[in-house]
Amino acid sequence: MSDYQSYMKGSPLEVKVISARFGLPNSTSIDTFLAHEGYQGLKKAFQMGPDAVINEMKSSGLRGRGGAGFNTGLKWSFVPKQTDKPKYVVCNADESEPATCKDRPLMEYDPHQLIEGIVIAGYAIGAHQGYIYIRGEYRYLMDILDRAIAEAYARGYLGRNIQGSGFDFELCTHTGAGAYECGEETALLNSLEGLRGYPRVKPPFPAVVGVYGCPTIINNVETLCNAPHIILKGAEWFAGLGTPKNGGTRLFCLSGHINRPGVYELPMGFPLRRMIEEVGGGIPGGKKLKSVIPGGSSCPLLTADEIDVAMDFDSLARIGSMLGSGGVVMIDQDTCMVKVAQRIMKFYAHESCGWCIPCREGTAWLKRLLDRLHGGGGLPGDPDTALDVSYNILGKTLCPLGDAAAMPTISIVKKFRSEFEEHVSLGACPYERKAVAV
Amino acid sequence: MLSEALKSRFDQVIARYPLKRSAIVPLLLFAQDEIGYISDEAIEEIARRVEVRPIEVIEDISYYSMLHRQPIGKYNLQVCTNVSCQLLGGEQILDHCSKRLGIGHKQTTSDGLFSLEEVECLGACCGAPAMQVNYDFYENLTPERVDRLIEELKANGKAR
Amino acid sequence: MADVPQTVTLTIDGKPVTVPTGTLLIEAAKQASIEVPSFCYYPGYSLQGACRMCVVSIEKMPKLQTACTTVVANGMVVNTQNPEVVNGRKAMLEFLLTNHPLDCPVCDKGGECELQDAVFRYGAAETRFVETKQHEDELKFSNLVYYDRPRCILCYRCIRVCDEGMDVNAYGIGFRGSHSEIIPNRGEELECEECGMCIDICPVGALTSGTYRYKTRPWEMNYTGTICNHCGDGCKTTLSVRNNAIIRANNRDHSGFNGEFLCVKGRFGWDFVNSEKRLVTPLVRRNGSQAPASWEEALDVTVSRLKAVLETHGSGAVAIIGSNRTSNEENYLLQRLARTVLKTNSVDHHRTGDFSTLVAALSEAKATDRYATMQDVSEARSILLIGNDPTHQHPLLAFQIRQAVRSHKAQLHVVNSAGIKLALRQAAQFVRVNPGDERTVIRELAAGGGPESVSSLRAKLGSESGTIVIFGDEIRGDSVRNLVRWGLSLPGNTRFIALGDYANSRGAADMGLLPGSLPGYEPVSSEAARARYAEVWGATVADVPGRNLRQILDDVKAGQIHALLVFGSNPVKTFGLPGELLGKLDLLAVAELFATETTEFADVVLPAASFAEKSGTVTNTCGQVQAIKKTMRKAGTRSDLEIILALARELGHAWAYGSAEDVLREIITHVPAYNVALPSLMVGRAVPTRPAGAPPALERDDLVFSSRDTLFTSGTVSRFSWALNSVNEAKRPHGHIF
Repeated sequence: MSDYQSYMKGSPLEVKVISARFGLPNSTSIDTFLAHEGYQGLKKAFQMGPDAVINEMKSSGLRGRGGAGFNTGLKWSFVPKQTDKPKYVVCNADESEPATCKDRPLMEYDPHQLIEGIVIAGYAIGAHQGYIYIRGEYRYLMDILDRAIAEAYARGYLGRNIQGSGFDFELCTHTGAGAYECGEETALLNSLEGLRGYPRVKPPFPAVVGVYGCPTIINNVETLCNAPHIILKGAEWFAGLGTPKNGGTRLFCLSGHINRPGVYELPMGFPLRRMIEEVGGGIPGGKKLKSVIPGGSSCPLLTADEIDVAMDFDSLARIGSMLGSGGVVMIDQDTCMVKVAQRIMKFYAHESCGWCIPCREGTAWLKRLLDRLHGGGGLPGDPDTALDVSYNILGKTLCPLGDAAAMPTISIVKKFRSEFEEHVSLGACPYERKAVAV
Repeated sequence: MLSEALKSRFDQVIARYPLKRSAIVPLLLFAQDEIGYISDEAIEEIARRVEVRPIEVIEDISYYSMLHRQPIGKYNLQVCTNVSCQLLGGEQILDHCSKRLGIGHKQTTSDGLFSLEEVECLGACCGAPAMQVNYDFYENLTPERVDRLIEELKANGKAR
Repeated sequence: MADVPQTVTLTIDGKPVTVPTGTLLIEAAKQASIEVPSFCYYPGYSLQGACRMCVVSIEKMPKLQTACTTVVANGMVVNTQNPEVVNGRKAMLEFLLTNHPLDCPVCDKGGECELQDAVFRYGAAETRFVETKQHEDELKFSNLVYYDRPRCILCYRCIRVCDEGMDVNAYGIGFRGSHSEIIPNRGEELECEECGMCIDICPVGALTSGTYRYKTRPWEMNYTGTICNHCGDGCKTTLSVRNNAIIRANNRDHSGFNGEFLCVKGRFGWDFVNSEKRLVTPLVRRNGSQAPASWEEALDVTVSRLKAVLETHGSGAVAIIGSNRTSNEENYLLQRLARTVLKTNSVDHHRTGDFSTLVAALSEAKATDRYATMQDVSEARSILLIGNDPTHQHPLLAFQIRQAVRSHKAQLHVVNSAGIKLALRQAAQFVRVNPGDERTVIRELAAGGGPESVSSLRAKLGSESGTIVIFGDEIRGDSVRNLVRWGLSLPGNTRFIALGDYANSRGAADMGLLPGSLPGYEPVSSEAARARYAEVWGATVADVPGRNLRQILDDVKAGQIHALLVFGSNPVKTFGLPGELLGKLDLLAVAELFATETTEFADVVLPAASFAEKSGTVTNTCGQVQAIKKTMRKAGTRSDLEIILALARELGHAWAYGSAEDVLREIITHVPAYNVALPSLMVGRAVPTRPAGAPPALERDDLVFSSRDTLFTSGTVSRFSWALNSVNEAKRPHGHIF
């Protein structure tokens, strides 16, 4: 269990849509859920019909909350209507992007909201089977979801002829066992088929050829949790919460050097500076901010001068970064950026599935280079080599993991180059030396 | 020998999928939960039940980082040192555990009570620094909290 | 649905290219003679998108695309040479070399390494990688397969050839990221067919051969393209020879119907040729025991005793047993020796398949265009396999069948008394019968009725077209006739293959190593045929069939036969003949490679040359003729051809053949169906033959039987192969499925 107080500190600036039920007593129970608009979106969806549901989703401007930011309704619309194959909904609950812990409270405090979203998705595309792929480390969440699923079956929100609609839908959980790569949708599908989590060649895309060779949509937990609200309250309402083409709210996970770390639901496009200063309460110890990871460790990092930006997909893209998964990490002035780069690369080297050359060999190379550089064995050419190697990975890998490793590295080397050079010239980490001196 | 309860859980899980082999990873994890690791017997049994060759099961085991083929300690301390935790002292927590238990990464104490592992992001970033002991999360760690936890676990472990 | 156009036109490096719809960009480039390098892409096997070497730039696409996974589209504009592409390739090679040992001079693959070649063409001269390379010790997966992880570039070809090509599935991938490695299926060892396809297909020195590794550099060897001497499939192989010893066999140029395929026997089982147990000195029995002798002496003893037997008992007291492995030229001359010099038709061989009845049945039906070739099998849409276990007995045929099933979902129907692998893994339909009841099934298929499984098989085959019918020794005599008659009534052009065990089993029958048939399946009773050969040979042929093999052996027992010549055959073992009986002969002369249960009783043992030491032609089980080429010399031995010529000469018949090729010319000119184009043979083609004739009916049912070799046995010679005996799998029971 997570400590509710430490995650849900709350802020008056929050706009609570998908986290609205979090604080309720017995929030995981279906009775609580039903007493608070639970399964109303689903019932409305049954009245609207599948096409209308997809259109509503499209015009809501909901974009994938896993990180890629693709329009959810559009993704659903790619599933072929005429096919003799079964279709599937797979919920990606493999939350593994470093600095991201938002799907965890969504499943822990309001599991029925997710179930409702999945059933709506299934109804929209004509699927009758769903799987929730949960990372292995989240075992307690699987237990919570399994109980909620059992409740939903018992009360007729899953199974045959849901609420008399004539629509059948089966749902179960599926556990991973420790692999970041399985968050990539095609690797997830392979993993769901009992294979190693290697990504697949695209096209074909999962909407056409997904799990078991059948049309499949794969959506992140948070994405699906939004669906009931969009259906219930309308696309217009949802779109109005955010910025153009960036509908709704977003769960932001503030972590690192911040006074009030926690998960906060804020409108899309919320200014980063206010997020840090007003929501998060600023940097501890009155220290200066040095850098921000805006959306999980795969995103290019921002400098302290770049925080006057709206936290939505397009605004961050304009300044060369990404909204990503909502994991916002504040890094203070006393932090060694080489060490940050090294730790990030250690992660990607560890998690590279090893299938394709540039990612497998490139991340391992960069990890060793950064280890050596941070450890005092830096060579003058290292910063440029690190950049070159990153560029040689970028855009050349089978799946996005290569880019995810290259992008933060490129941004750190470029934006904090002097720190790399200082490591080389000192033959040591200046920050660790400082720490020793103190 | 795998317990009857586990075998019947295997049957339930396999029935969820149109393709039996889909159940491999869940079955491996559930078997490990019961046995403490994945034995050769478990590999054979799972391969037989999902109708694959044992090597396909072995391929999976070596891919997924939570699965292991050797017994480990009763309490597996999995300390996160990824970026959010690192910024707030995750590495110091790892060092502290290591010194306190006298074991390093992926090692087990001689009494078989503890194993230690440096792990990647656990999704406990807002409670950093964090670790998991088996499946339980422990967050906002300090060396003192870690000491208390280890003492409690020792007491529990010996009590059983 | 709108019609999909048959072709698309695109531009690659400024060249317009038109290719069939659905073509992969990498193949389209190849057609335009533009090479796009790749490691993981391998035609015929599944796409990986792993090595990223084949990146190209395509207009209107944001980043580089892999040519191996891109399907061409009309109007696509592709550049394979621009700086972005060139740098991309260079980057991939730099990545591959980061942890790859750069000890090419001592690497087993040096000189024929695809990575080395790619770096030479596309790579950078320098690396920026200064970290220490991760070393891992080499692993021995089996006596024949070694794995060196640091050299492995993880192209997954080995895995695919083993899974998709061989259906053995012996490999997996262990660990992940830069620690990924290829793992074998039994802990640290392989349990598989040991075909070595993984070694052959490995682009680098990661998988190496236990028999070849570190023995030579590739440029120090001489290469000779020839035909494997084991089973009847007739795979092309390249023997690599250094210092007059074979060091390796692989089908180096991938020519021939087997492409790169070789089974464990083809790839490793040639080593009997190098065996120290080869006979290299003639032996002559004196005072009861065999003693070394000169060739002159051995031939002298043979001829003088032959003459004595002929004088005393007449030609009825002489018989010849021929071989399943000797060349067509040798077989042709051997029967000529019997018929025209010794004046007997008592010449036969161990018949492992009933080719004669197939020829007779197709001829009767005027359907001699219905012999299927080995290529046809991989292209077939429907296959009926009756009897045999091709996985063990005809590994290439099994490969072709699997390929047909894999590539275009060919329907395989199996009738067998055992759960053979093809039946269990590839067959759409498997009719399992009791041993011996394969013939019953054929009768039922033809007559209508029968059990449910048979009527469903009949219905299924009736709904398909152009079925290839393949049958083993279980089907012989009248069953072959029944099968052919019924098969020809199926829709489309049904074609047939009779399976015989060894490299020239078919050729032995074709060349008339049969008591009742002249070369080309013409019966000795045919006056016209006798007259024609009398003219060619300048001698008459008796018009009644001689003794068949069973009769020969019976008459040896009965004391009716006094002189027996055996060429490359082991009747004591094969026919369970008590050897002591042979000891009572006035003459037993055996030409052999090795001491066998039969040579033990011989009065004269003549050390024969192996297939690697002579030239000629052999005919595979489908009737395809191919040339074998002399690769090396073996001091002390003589080819069967030389032995036969010497015997004829000593017996007063100085035949005017200067070489095997002279014999071949005579065969081409005079043997019906063998009028093949000599140049085609000489350039290494497999030339199909379509014999027509009216050979006598199968005399006895027990004349045709297969040796039922496994993947690791091959009659006598496999006993002298270290490789075939060294692998653990060889000890498995017959028919074991890997």
